[in-house]
Amino acid sequence: MSTVVGADEAGRLLDALIKGDMPDDKGRFGPFGGRYVPETLVPAFERLDAGVRAHLHDAEFQRDFQKELREWVGRPTALSFAPRLSEAWGAEVWIKREDLAHTGAHKINNAIGQALLAKRLGSQRVIAETGAGQHGVASAAACARVGLPCTVYMGAVDMERQAPNVDRIRRLGAEVVAVESGDKTLRAAIDEALRAWVTDPDNTYYLLGSAVGAHPYPYLVRELQVVIGQEARQQMLDQAGGLPDAAFACVGGGSNAIGLFYPLLGDDIELIGVEAGGIGDGLGENAATLATGTPGVLQGSYTIILQDDDGQVQETQSISAGLDYSGVGPEHALLQAIGRVKYISARDDEALEALQELCATEGILTALETSHAYAAAREYAQQHPGCRILIGNSGRGDKDMPTLIQHPARIRRHASS
Amino acid sequence: MQAHERLSNAIRNASDAGRPALVPFITAGYPEPADFIATLQDIASVGDVVELGIPFSDPMADGMTIQRSSFAALQKGVSLKWIFDQLDTARGHIDAPLVMMSYLNPLLAFGYDALAERALAAGVCGFIVPDLPFEESADIRAALEARGLGLIQLVTPATPDARLQVLCSASRGFVYAVTITGITGGGAGLPTDLTGYLDKVASFSELPVCAGFGIRSAGDVAAVGKHAAGAIVGSALVEVLEHGEDPRSFLEALRHAPGE
Repeated sequence: MSTVVGADEAGRLLDALIKGDMPDDKGRFGPFGGRYVPETLVPAFERLDAGVRAHLHDAEFQRDFQKELREWVGRPTALSFAPRLSEAWGAEVWIKREDLAHTGAHKINNAIGQALLAKRLGSQRVIAETGAGQHGVASAAACARVGLPCTVYMGAVDMERQAPNVDRIRRLGAEVVAVESGDKTLRAAIDEALRAWVTDPDNTYYLLGSAVGAHPYPYLVRELQVVIGQEARQQMLDQAGGLPDAAFACVGGGSNAIGLFYPLLGDDIELIGVEAGGIGDGLGENAATLATGTPGVLQGSYTIILQDDDGQVQETQSISAGLDYSGVGPEHALLQAIGRVKYISARDDEALEALQELCATEGILTALETSHAYAAAREYAQQHPGCRILIGNSGRGDKDMPTLIQHPARIRRHASS
Repeated sequence: MQAHERLSNAIRNASDAGRPALVPFITAGYPEPADFIATLQDIASVGDVVELGIPFSDPMADGMTIQRSSFAALQKGVSLKWIFDQLDTARGHIDAPLVMMSYLNPLLAFGYDALAERALAAGVCGFIVPDLPFEESADIRAALEARGLGLIQLVTPATPDARLQVLCSASRGFVYAVTITGITGGGAGLPTDLTGYLDKVASFSELPVCAGFGIRSAGDVAAVGKHAAGAIVGSALVEVLEHGEDPRSFLEALRHAPGE
């Protein structure tokens, strides 16, 4: 269900978003967002908020951040034209290659930015949560880079299905704590990281991995991820000779999607966020939060969440651990409410098929999360022959090999082979 | 008398009798929903105020004990509606005023006006909402106060003085002083510098102050009771229920300081 906003109000809210007036002082994106945290954390959030305001757009911080993005992360990432996929779809397809960023996904943009901020704020240690493990890897790498000890909270279920990433995180010098409470996946890992922060709010920096949670995280994470859309916009103009008709990104918490979409909000581009449709439409069978959820408060923010009539948050299902989350960033809730971004879902089987098609046509093994965006883009291309499409390729799929091995590819052979 | 004043009065009555008020916490419907009212009546026969925990899927301020009890109650179908229905059947037969502890989302889903109306009818006097800071609380506060119900504010050792003043003035019923910087059920014991902190909160507050988090024994109750009007006992009591032991004798023993 989406909150219905009148056309005038929607236009006003979109203008405010584009002008940078949102979130407001209370961390609100229209009705969404805010800061719902235990009293013990209120001073810690106020310190973080003040730190973000003092440093994030400070010239010295930006110089350090941009230098790390360039020399360590490997930015700008490429924009690739996809000739064979374009031919197959009857469209013009361009791919923004966040899979080429250091550690293999867009997560590193946020992790190195926040690690630099933690250092500047004088924090003694960093804690982070992780679902698929990509944010855990990015946080561990960024903390190693700036010289801060790092502890990563990870659901016991996720540790099992993402075992290679657990080992990567440990090799990068971070400690991994198995979370045995709740659903033992990403949501439980965030709860546990918050508990750890409550226990030591003065010395600890919580490096949250998506554009979710209490203010200022949704804003902070967006500001560190907008580099994706800024680069992609300029690269489209330079390489394609114009902006796309439509842009696609997968949405779990929504950090790569907001990073791609935010700099495109003022352009005449259809923006489409793709959530995990899991195995079906029923409650608990997917992670299609915006498509099927209702407003509520989860983990610090008033946003759209998957819940039952009693306000109990529901478990989710998706083949991709990174989209397997019952909430979504509050800015996405607003973008849906004002009709600026359309949110749809792709099922597990559609994502798997899209992943295989991309492998076979373009030689890119994309992440299972990202595959959802391809599945939706393909359908769009069929309905809009000849359209120009931009896809945010949020991460690489090497981490998904244990899952992919269980779903053998139906390999299409070339006539020439 | 407004409902929240029943909370203040019950705590002050204990002070007048020369003892700290005892505020036991249980998770509603744990361990067995069928025993809920009987357990509640038992606990209310010893406690001065009873804190009733509403189970929630994401109890981010709670340690393992209360998390376990919360998930177990949810699995057995306990919901806020069910709790109100049960309380309606026992109206007038519970010896202590009730305060509900709930994370915000179940209250939001219930609707604030409906919540206040049902709560008042069921004999609930106030709410503690651990993930609702004062800045976000205007809507629910208005709905509760319109019916004389109280929104109890939590303060912590990390709360700066200026904020402490605001929170103590905004609170109704009593002020909940969190003793530790941490989650419920911590095993590390009470901090050594508790005295100064509790005295400070008491000096800022016109309402009685109850201390909670990490209070497990008669010694803890007595120690806290020298500097606060009441002691809230949660995880230790939930453990007693978890082990199938008698909550009433556990609570009675908490009243007697070691050596008495």
